[in-house]
Amino acid sequence: MTVASLIDTPSELTDSASSKSAVVLMTRIRLARNLSGQPFPGWAKPAQREKILELCRAAVTAAPAMKRGLAVTVGELGELEKRILVERHLISRELSGSKQGSGVVISRDQTISVMINEEDHLRIQLMRSGFQLKRAWAAIDDLDSALEETLDFAFSPSLGYLTACPTNLGTAMRASAMMHLPALVIANQMEKVVRAVNQLGMVVRGLFGEGSDASGSIFQISNQTTLGESEDEILKRLSGVLQSIVEHEMNARARLLEADSGKLFDKIGRAFGILQNGHVLSSNEAMNLLSLIRLGIDLGVFPDSKRSVTDRLFIEAQPGHLQHAQKGEFEPGQRDLLRAERLRSEFANFARPDFTLSANGNN
Amino acid sequence: MANQLKCDLCSKPATVHLTQILDNKVHKVDLCEQCAQEKGVTDPSGFSLADLLLKASLNPDPVPGGIRCEQCGFSPAEFKKLGRFGCPACYDAFKGILDPMLDGMHKGTVHSGKVPRRALERKTLHDRLNKLEVDLSEAIKAERYEDAARCRDEINQVRQAVEQRPAR
Repeated sequence: MTVASLIDTPSELTDSASSKSAVVLMTRIRLARNLSGQPFPGWAKPAQREKILELCRAAVTAAPAMKRGLAVTVGELGELEKRILVERHLISRELSGSKQGSGVVISRDQTISVMINEEDHLRIQLMRSGFQLKRAWAAIDDLDSALEETLDFAFSPSLGYLTACPTNLGTAMRASAMMHLPALVIANQMEKVVRAVNQLGMVVRGLFGEGSDASGSIFQISNQTTLGESEDEILKRLSGVLQSIVEHEMNARARLLEADSGKLFDKIGRAFGILQNGHVLSSNEAMNLLSLIRLGIDLGVFPDSKRSVTDRLFIEAQPGHLQHAQKGEFEPGQRDLLRAERLRSEFANFARPDFTLSANGNN
Repeated sequence: MANQLKCDLCSKPATVHLTQILDNKVHKVDLCEQCAQEKGVTDPSGFSLADLLLKASLNPDPVPGGIRCEQCGFSPAEFKKLGRFGCPACYDAFKGILDPMLDGMHKGTVHSGKVPRRALERKTLHDRLNKLEVDLSEAIKAERYEDAARCRDEINQVRQAVEQRPAR
């Protein structure tokens, strides 16, 4: 598989959306693994990094789940390709900026990516659309066990899997869910939710991880600690937290509709108007407008069949994807014009909002 | 006389005080306004208290002196700078620095969860093989031929077990 063909194929996140993924867009689990007896990537000399890359790459590409996938070094990727892979959550910003001797192996269906020589020798990541923590764990556990057949992982019976940073020790697992929480944002309750979630030992981040903002009302919620609890215990705890956030979001939606449906419909209707007619849209504004359209779909203002288009546009409105679709380099100002043009054409034939349905369309 | 708290990161007077309660354990971080802003503490989209605790616990100088990891040459000063270790063996070398840090960082201090069974089996077999080879050469040197024969038989058995599970 080549980078070009991978980029032209829609990914798990951008497709197969259904109403089941109304609040939880995507579930993701990553495991950090290191080879025993080898320096961690940040401390390894170039020759050691190359050797580790080669060892890991051979093992990963041989795993059944990675058959006929894409295996590239970071050096082989162009700037735009890296950007697109970051926007699809297939590589991290850290990897895309890393020096020689790093790489990534991506499965054919783009649900699994294994980064080599990022912060740890291996960062194994698996994505599933919707709320599927258990299934995601079963699949990534299998892949990890397959890799263990040929790789000797650094492990201590008391500290678990040894990682470059001690905050990842133990299971070295971070499980996260990407959640769409527009009503909690509109009702100004996110701060409260973040505080409560933090107190439960979970972390809230923006769409693109650490330090990114939460445009489009999309948040990532993940476990903070990795040592002292088994994978199952962590997943169970996270799952409980996620379920209660879903409930809070649904309650907030019901309250918004009850208290002031006019104001809520006004937001959705205006978002629709701007997407149909706007000429300059930053990616941040586009995300926020699409978020309102997505909320409209959940409420029954737009038909459910428009969900996958909307979810795809979240990704395609990102600078890298836009640049790729338009085949060229653009200044940010020009990009905003192109983005608006792209969205205008998508929304020209979008279903018209039907605000009468919503009284019983609140799912 | 007020006991002025200092910022855990830069030791300016602290004005932001954070408390997190995890499993009835209280974790406190005191920060000055500037560090609080830089670390995104005031940002509603969240920040990682674990990272802060890690950095704060590093601020008072870690064990002085010239300890280095024998395996990779890493030193505590480098850990303080990078917040990462040099290699898996560093966890043994810097146990004294690590242990107090772990206490506030995680839910527990002992791993409970998946174990790389295959890799550990392989390691046990390899260690056994190495020991048997040493025993064998010692037995030959001391002309204890019965012991040597037993070692050789055992080596063959272990080798067979290893070959059934090719190491790489």
